[in-house]
Order: sequence, then C-alpha cells, then structure tokens
Amino acid sequence: MNSLSRRRFLKLSAGTISLAAAGYALSARELKAPAEKKRGIQKIPTYCDICFWKCGAIAYLKDGELWKVEGNPDDPLSRGRLCPRGTGGVGAHTDPDRLRAPLIRKQQRGEEIWQEVTWDEALSYIAEKMQTIKAAYGPEAVALFSHGIGGNFLKHTIKAFGSPNITAPSFAQCRGPRDVGFRLTFGEDVSSPERTDIKNAKCLVLIGSHLGENMHNSQVQEFADAIESRASIIVVDPRYSVAASKAKYYLPIKAGTDLALILAWMNVIVKEGLYDKEYVTKYGFGFDQFASLISRNTPEWAYPQTGIEPEVIRETAREMARYKPATLVHPGRHVTWYGDDAQRSRAIALLNALLGSWGRRGGFYYPVSMDVPPYPYPEYPKPAKPKVDNPNNKYPFAHETITTGIRDATLTGSPYPVKGWLVYATNLLHALPNEQETIKAIQNLDLLVVVDVIPSEIAGWADVVLPESVYLERHDDLNVEWFREPFIALRQPVIDSPHDQKPNWWIAKELANKLGLSKFFPWESIEDYFRQRLSAGGYSYEALKKKGIIRGKQQPIYFDEGVPAEFPTPSGKIEFYSLQLQKAGFDAVPKFNAPDSGPPGSFRLLYGRAPVHSFSRTHTNRILSDMMDENEVWVNSDIAERLGLASGQYVTLRNQDGVVSTKIKVKATERIRPDCVYMVHGFGHTAKGLKHAYRKGASDAQLITRYITDPLMGGTGMNVNFVTLEPAEA
Amino acid sequence: MAQFGMVIDTAKCVGCMDCVVACKTENGVPEGFNRDWITQDVAGKYPTLHMEIRSERCNQCENPPCVYCCPTGASHVHDFGGVVLVEHGMCIGCKACLASCPYDARFIHPDGYADKCTFCIHRVEKGLDPACVSVCPTHCMTFGDLEDPNSTVSRLLTSRKYHTLIPETGTKPHVYYLV
Amino acid sequence: MHELTTTRHNELVDPLLHIWGWEIPVYLFIGGLVAGIMIISGYFTLKHQFKKNVFSSFYLPHISLILLSLGMFSLFLDLEHKLYVWRLYTTFKVASPMSWGAWILVLVYPALWLNTLIRIPDRFKGIIPIFDRLSTRINEHPFLIKNIGVLNMLLGTLLGMYTGVLLSSIGARPLWNSAMLWMLFLVSGLSSAAAFVHLIAKDKYERQLLAKADNAFLTLEIFVIGGFISGLLTSTSVHIEAARLLLDGPFAAAFWVFVIALGIVIPLFLQLLAVNEKVRHTPIPPLLVLSGGLILRFVIVYAGQYSHYTHQVFGR
Repeated sequence: MNSLSRRRFLKLSAGTISLAAAGYALSARELKAPAEKKRGIQKIPTYCDICFWKCGAIAYLKDGELWKVEGNPDDPLSRGRLCPRGTGGVGAHTDPDRLRAPLIRKQQRGEEIWQEVTWDEALSYIAEKMQTIKAAYGPEAVALFSHGIGGNFLKHTIKAFGSPNITAPSFAQCRGPRDVGFRLTFGEDVSSPERTDIKNAKCLVLIGSHLGENMHNSQVQEFADAIESRASIIVVDPRYSVAASKAKYYLPIKAGTDLALILAWMNVIVKEGLYDKEYVTKYGFGFDQFASLISRNTPEWAYPQTGIEPEVIRETAREMARYKPATLVHPGRHVTWYGDDAQRSRAIALLNALLGSWGRRGGFYYPVSMDVPPYPYPEYPKPAKPKVDNPNNKYPFAHETITTGIRDATLTGSPYPVKGWLVYATNLLHALPNEQETIKAIQNLDLLVVVDVIPSEIAGWADVVLPESVYLERHDDLNVEWFREPFIALRQPVIDSPHDQKPNWWIAKELANKLGLSKFFPWESIEDYFRQRLSAGGYSYEALKKKGIIRGKQQPIYFDEGVPAEFPTPSGKIEFYSLQLQKAGFDAVPKFNAPDSGPPGSFRLLYGRAPVHSFSRTHTNRILSDMMDENEVWVNSDIAERLGLASGQYVTLRNQDGVVSTKIKVKATERIRPDCVYMVHGFGHTAKGLKHAYRKGASDAQLITRYITDPLMGGTGMNVNFVTLEPAEA
Repeated sequence: MAQFGMVIDTAKCVGCMDCVVACKTENGVPEGFNRDWITQDVAGKYPTLHMEIRSERCNQCENPPCVYCCPTGASHVHDFGGVVLVEHGMCIGCKACLASCPYDARFIHPDGYADKCTFCIHRVEKGLDPACVSVCPTHCMTFGDLEDPNSTVSRLLTSRKYHTLIPETGTKPHVYYLV
Repeated sequence: MHELTTTRHNELVDPLLHIWGWEIPVYLFIGGLVAGIMIISGYFTLKHQFKKNVFSSFYLPHISLILLSLGMFSLFLDLEHKLYVWRLYTTFKVASPMSWGAWILVLVYPALWLNTLIRIPDRFKGIIPIFDRLSTRINEHPFLIKNIGVLNMLLGTLLGMYTGVLLSSIGARPLWNSAMLWMLFLVSGLSSAAAFVHLIAKDKYERQLLAKADNAFLTLEIFVIGGFISGLLTSTSVHIEAARLLLDGPFAAAFWVFVIALGIVIPLFLQLLAVNEKVRHTPIPPLLVLSGGLILRFVIVYAGQYSHYTHQVFGR
C-alpha cells in the first residue's frame, strides 16, 4: 500500500498546510484506496472473517474488481484451502443488503425506521449518551457485547471508559461449559482453535460434534486426515450426521443422555483396567474416589437411559482403549445443551485423562504462539464496581463474563443497573436464548448501539446502527494465534468499502476521541500500531504486509517433546476428584440426571450448522445463499408418514410455550431419531432490511424460549425445547 | 495425447460445497445456476444407515451423447485432454444436449448458450488444477491424466475400489468415485 | 429405504427436466401433419390426380408451406440463443438427428413448391411468369412429375420420421428411448394428415379414400402404440417406469382418455361406420383425430422429460 499512500499524499498536498495536518488527513482517510483501478490480476493477503477461525486468505482482484478469495498456502490454519464460506467471501463485499451509512432510529425501537446521519453525528450522539449514563450510573452501566477479533479495539475503548462489563456469547451460549469442565480437570481450557490433535488420532470419538457440517476449517481438514489414516471413528449423535457416515461405530443416542454413556464408558475402562495406568498414577489426583463413584454407572445402567446396548458400550470403550493414548474424545465446541454441560464436559475431560490423551500425540497438544508485545497503552481506570454478570459469584466457575447475566442485570436493575449496550458483530436475538427477554431488557436501556455489516435483527432494535466495512475492506488487530505452530497474521484492505462503511478500529478510536479518551489511542493510523507492536517483537511489518503471515519456529507441543506436564489445578494434578467442586456444593465427579421429556406428541428441537453458513450472518451473501437459501426441519421418515408430511412440504413449528415459527420445509429422512427434529441455525430472519433472507426458513433461536442455566458457570442449555409440526401453505 | 479425469474419494468428502463455491467464483457462474453440486445417497433404516456423499459435475464422457446430438457442432470434444466443451458462438440453445445428458449436468446460461463444467480448462492449460480440486479442504479430489499410468489419478484407480455414475447409459464417464 | 438428495437447482433441469414446453409438441404435430400431407399429395401426384383437380397438387402444398412455416416459427421460439440459429446451416452433423431435420426442412420447401408447379390453376396463371414457364417445362417431362411425387413422399416420410428418431436417440430419457418412436410419429402424422385432408377436400373420391386411409392408419397406430409400450415394459427398470407414466402414472388420464379413446378408438369406430355408410360423414372423427395427434405429442414430450435414470429429492 506504500505507493498508494504516496499517490494520495500528492493528491491531498494541494489542500494541506503542514506535514502534520497532511499526516492527520492521511490517517483519517487511509481506509480509502485510490479511485483508479489497477489492470490485471492482483493478489493481496489477508485473513478471513466469515467465521472466527481467521484462516489466512489471498484475495484476487481482476482489473480492480474483487474476483475470488483463496487460501494462503503459508497459513497453518487453512493450509492454503479455505472453507466454502471463506471461498464465498466476495459475496460479503457485494451483498446488496449491506448496511451503508450510520443510522439513528426515528421512532420506536424495533420498527426499523431510520434516519441516515454522518459518522460525526452518530458518534457524537453515542458519546453524549454514554457520558450521561456514566454521570448517572457510572461507566460500569455500559456493557459491550462483542464477538470476534474485530471487537478488540472497541473493548479497548470500553475499558478506557471504565467498564468491566465486556462479554461474548461464545462463553455462556457456546463453548464456556467445555472450557470450565476441562479447567476443573486439567487446569486449562480447550481453547480456540481447539488443541485437538485430530490428524494424529488413531481413535476419534465425536459426541454430538458434527464435523463436516460444522465447518471449522482446520478441524475438518484434520478429520479428513484421520479418515485417510483409517482412524477408528466413533460418533454419538441422535442424528446420522455427515461425521456419523464416516464412523466405524454410530451410536444413535437418546438426546440429553450423553453423560450417562460417558460414565459407562469410564466404568468399563476402569473396571477392565484398560486405562493408561502409568499416566493416571503419575498425573492423577483422587483416582480411587473417582473409580468408586463411577462403579455403579455400568453399561446395563446406561442402556435404558441412552438406548445404547451394553455390548456396544463395552465394545466402543475397549476400542477407545485399544488406541490410547492416541484416542481423542473430542470435547466439541457449542456444548450449551441441557444445563449440565460443564459436568458433561468434565466427564469428557476425565475420559481423556483415563486414556492418557492430554498432552500426548493424537490427543490434546499444548498450543504455542509468537511473542508479540501488546501496545504500550496507559493503564485503564479501575472500575468502581465489579462485573455485573455474576452477582455474589453465583456461578463460581464462570471464568468469563456471562452474557445472559448482563441481560438479567439490565432486566432487573440488580445488582446495579445497566443502561447502555454496545453490540459488535453478534446478533444477540439469534445468539441468546429467549428473544423476548432480550427485547424486554433492551426496553430498559438508554442507549443501544449496534456495529454490524448487515441490518441484523439486533441492529433493528438499536438506537444507533454503525455500518462496518467487511473484512476484505479493512485492517484489523494482528492475529497472534495459539496453534500447533506459532504465527502472526495480518488483515488488510483488499478493496474499498462501497459506501460509507468504516472499520472497527476507526470507530473505536473516533468514539474514544469523542469521549475524551484519545490518550488511549496514541497511534495515528492503525499501521503505526502494527509497526510499533511488530518491531517491538522483532518482526517486519513490510514482510507481513507482503506475505500476510509470519511463521515462527516449530516448538514442542507434547509432553514427550518437552512440554512440562504441569496442571494448574488446586492439586497441581489432573483432578479425577475435584475438591473445589465439592467445596462449592457440586458433584466432585459428574452424576447423571435424566433430562425432562417434552409434552406428549412433541419432538425435542435440535439445531446445528451448515458448512456454507456462519451463525445468522451470511444469509444475504448472494454466493452463500445460492448454496443454501433456506433450512429444513429434519423429521424421521416414519414420523413424517404418520403425520402425513412429505419432503418439500412446508410446516410451521410450535414450541411448548406456544411460539410459532415461520414456514420451514420438511426433510423426511431416516437420518434422525423419531423423538427429535433438527434444523440448521441462523435462518428465519425477520429483520426487514435482510431482504434476501427475509422469512426464508425458520429460526431455531425464536423457538428457544426455555433454557436451563448451568449452575457451575451460567451457561444456557438450549436443547430443551419441544415442538410440534403443523402443515402450512407454501 | 492426454485424457483428463477426476478421482474423488467419497470416504473423505463431507459435502461442504467448497467445490461449488470455488467453481462459482472462479468461473463467474451466475446466481441460481450450478456447474457442480453435492449429492447425498443414503440407504438403510435408522440407525443402520450408509451414506455416500459425492461432488458431481459433467463427467466429460468418453462416449458423450451431448456431443453427438448437437446439430451445429457447438458441443465438441476439445483437442487437448478429451474435455467436452461448448463453443458459445455456435450454440443455438436448442437444448438437445440438456435432454441427452443422463446426469443433467448442463444448463442454459442466462446469455442463451448451453453451459457446464469445463474441467477449468483455462486453469489446466496453465498447469493448475480445476478450481474445485484446488479448494477442497479434505483433499478428496484429484485431477490428472488418465493415460499416464504414473499420474495420481491412474494410481488411485488401480489401488482403490471405485464406481462411476449410471454406467449402464454407456457414456463411459471420466469422473470416478472411490468408495 | 433410499434417499437421494442434491443441492443442484438449475432452471429448466431441476427438479425435473422441463426444457421443452408447448413449442416443441406444437412443432412435432405440425411437422407430422405436413409430413403426412406430403405423402398423401405425393401419392396423388403419382396417381395423376392433378388432372382431375388442383386441390392436392396446388392447394395442399401451399397449405403445407404455411403450416410448416408456423411450425418452424414455433421451433424458433424455443431456441435460447436465437441470433445464432443460422449456425444450423453452416454444417451437417451426421450423428445429430436435429442436424438431419434442419436440412430436411430446407429441402421440404422446394419439394412442396415444385409440386405446386405441376398444375397452376387458371386464376393464378400469369401472376409470376417464371412459375408458368417452369410449370410448362415440367409438364413436358412426365418423369419429372413422377419424381416430384416420389420426392414429396420421400421427404414427407423423412420429415415424419426424423423427429421420432431425434427423441428416441436421447437415451437419457427412457420413455423416448424406443426404436418404435419414429414409426409412431410417422403413423400418427399420416393419420392426422388423412383426417385433415378428409376434412377440407371437396372431391368425394378423395374424401372417401382418405377416410379409409385414415382408418388404416388409425388401426396401424394402435398396434404401433402397443408395440411401443410393450417394448418399454420388457426393457430395463427405468424403461418400465417410463411406460408406467403413461399407463397408470401422472399422464394416464391424458394418455388413455385423450390419446387412445378420443384420439384413436372412438374416431376409428365412427369413421368405420361412416365409410360403410352406416352413419353420415361428420367432421367429428377427423377433429378428434387431429386433437388426439396434438395431445399425443404433448404427452410424449412432457412425459419423456419426466422419465429419467436417477430418482432425486431436492434439498440438503
């Protein structure tokens, strides 16, 4: 981009007075590339943002127009190949339904009637309201809901403002329980990207995990490696997923009973002495109490709970043990299912511990990263109040902020009022359970700001909507990833934003300026920020710009490569028995409680992913919506026949609380149990601005009115809603 | 003389549609149209099921009915690699080729001519793989010269079990599915 | 239980092939009709019927020229790349029945025109002097007249056959993939032509002959359809399924009621009675035959596109 800056400088120099002024003008408009389009093919590296995996990508321009996006061959995450969403990234740039200019609502919240304003007007409005809230309630009354690396600078602004209430749905609505379960056992999170050594696993156990439909690039690529190397794959799922079709053993488990199965597996492995004795003796704490507590969880006990025959339970347990320690019982990712999810995840951690896979090849490795110092900012002000999400430490093991906790505080005003929400890149109405609670909470706000790329449902409820540039048009924070091997990745603009969209770093900086917090943004342009951090770490920004990635030296990632076998738990060991759980009044070793069944004649609503879509945010991307423009409700063939439904027919779903969905197509299939139905998350949009996706398919989130909160960490179990099907007009 | 072919490992294919998206962006396939697609073939009764997932496209047949039926010669076999192509300026849009393809691999482009997968011949001529093969995250797709016994595609066909689609139609496809 | 789903969603192809709409059956009907008329008028030419009246030698070919042009226009409407239609005439592809058809159609025009020259009615004499001169020339050489008759019968037969060959060469659509299809289209065309000519001819001999001929063609048609269906029923499973589309499937009503009953059996019965002078000749049998012929084409074209080798449910 250097030559471009020079050209811009020459253009502007006529109107500028001093070098300093020119520098300021440059930085404020740095985002815009020159108007003339370069002929021929240009390749510019960046990293993808369709999901949060951040695969290294190379964008191709043909005569100045965005042509296609491919994987960056230097990138360890993508290994040069993007997933279908990344490959369709051009569609995010060309999306006709994109937000174009800052908006302030004209009438009632939620009516989606807007006044287009300038950035200055919008940001001044926001800053004024934030200051008013601060004066009346303290800066802690402003909360930030953020998802993805694009939120880093906004988090910085909010911390500078003085609020500790920063959260992401990824904890309480996604992987939180898994990380808590693993922390309680091994002292560490599973992290993201998952530290799962799938490609070296000789036996891979997937419990509800639907790799292949769930399209985390590196995970799916390694899954394919495992298939190629003839790994023994065991899949446990009420639905015959794509992963199930690759499995040596498919266990058609009754939904909500996975914990019973895991306990029975551990029972067999312990009873038959199939566990890694050396590993357990060396690293384990409380094994004997654990063994005694699970001694009653026999396969015969598990059979009526799960529907899996005792012999199958034994055979699969032995199969896992056969390949230990290269047996990976995958902890999954989105595990907020039944409200006992942290304990279930702990059971998965324990099973892995028995097999000795933690810290071993084919199990879990220790991720590594490059050493890039953070920017030397001034110290943040110390908030006068603690975080609002978890009063009295009700959820003692929540080590991240609970989104629904902030929502509760906003609803009730207790422990203290929350009066402002800033929402970045997360459609809370599709992410949080029971959308009515979210809408009610919003009514209590004095300020709701949404920063998004499309007019999502949450943007529809905002007071101010700020349109962000899509990732192909902007810089973002450096990605200093924790992975199998260390690297740094750069996101840089490949093409101009088509309208008045701005990148998050600019929004955060300008807002900070308006709040009188400019000392927290001492750098002029984001490229200054990059240069400072990279040179402090001994890296070249120019090299990073050219290649998009700087890779580091391979480092030890397994115990036998030299990683110290240390477990930051209270005992310093792998806790088969958890005293801290016992002290907090919870089961020290997981216990199974059968889930509630739904009203007679209803089906449990299960949801999942499609490989061509991301959350609820890709449905107006014309390339990706061309792949799949509506979801379907999977119904067992026999049930469909009994109900008089055929594939292709439209139905509405009514849940146990009487909420009725938009129309959705039926998929009558053998691939699902008769007692549940399944749909892909993210459809059924009701935001009027999402013209291309409006009312296509149905929204699972809308039907999730009931949820069970995990007592350990506040996660919201959402697979606890039941629906009936009614025929609808097409 | 080269004869290009594709060998796809259905054991590794997860049906993610990356091949479909890559084809779309590489070739500018118009919205609403597919040069390639994913098929899921499920047999059995829950829970004893089997599923084969396939990435399908024009099979670039040895015995292509779509070439024989074309009244103008627009549909022809390219002189390099045995790829079946359509010369847009010779096509009258009669759709006989759409009817004659048992795989329903062709469609009429909004501009009026018959269109389909070209094995990304514009990439192959530069030494690259077709876009779908290059992008596949599970590496389940291979492309190469079937007449070269040392090519990956040839070696895969001698070492693994495979099938083609609807072989009874006598088209002799050049896309092979490993099981 | 077998489930086959696809993500493909191409216009005209999915969920089932629907590339050819009314334009094609209309052309097929007109083509078959003209083919039959050419055979009939060619036959009359060989029999020197022009010496008695100019109906079959002058008016029928002119009517054919108009009908065929309408038919070809219908065909033209079906093309998706119309500006390139001339490409049909820059080459001849021996393996493509459509290429054969393109050239046969081109040859049909002069053949029809030559037939009109055999005897120009008095009221049209002198309008185009060169036609009059050619007409005189032709009449000087009886072998020319004979060959014009043969040429019309030959080209008429080819015209009546090639559309059947075209569809039957499309192996991907099992319903069409029958060696009987050319015969079916030819016989149906002949019967439609006989009905048409019977309807509009003024000469009593001609009308009577054509009614009898039509009865013969209708009878033959029943056997040809029987052969067509039984050929499918004794072939592979996809061919059996294709036949079932007509016999007891979604096209059964159209097939049994409109094609067989109203299009063949009932008019045959009525017309047998008429030629045996049991009832008066009415326009009803020929009209039924003509509509039956048209509907037969619709059924074959639509049901053929429905028949296929793979069975898919569309979606993920």
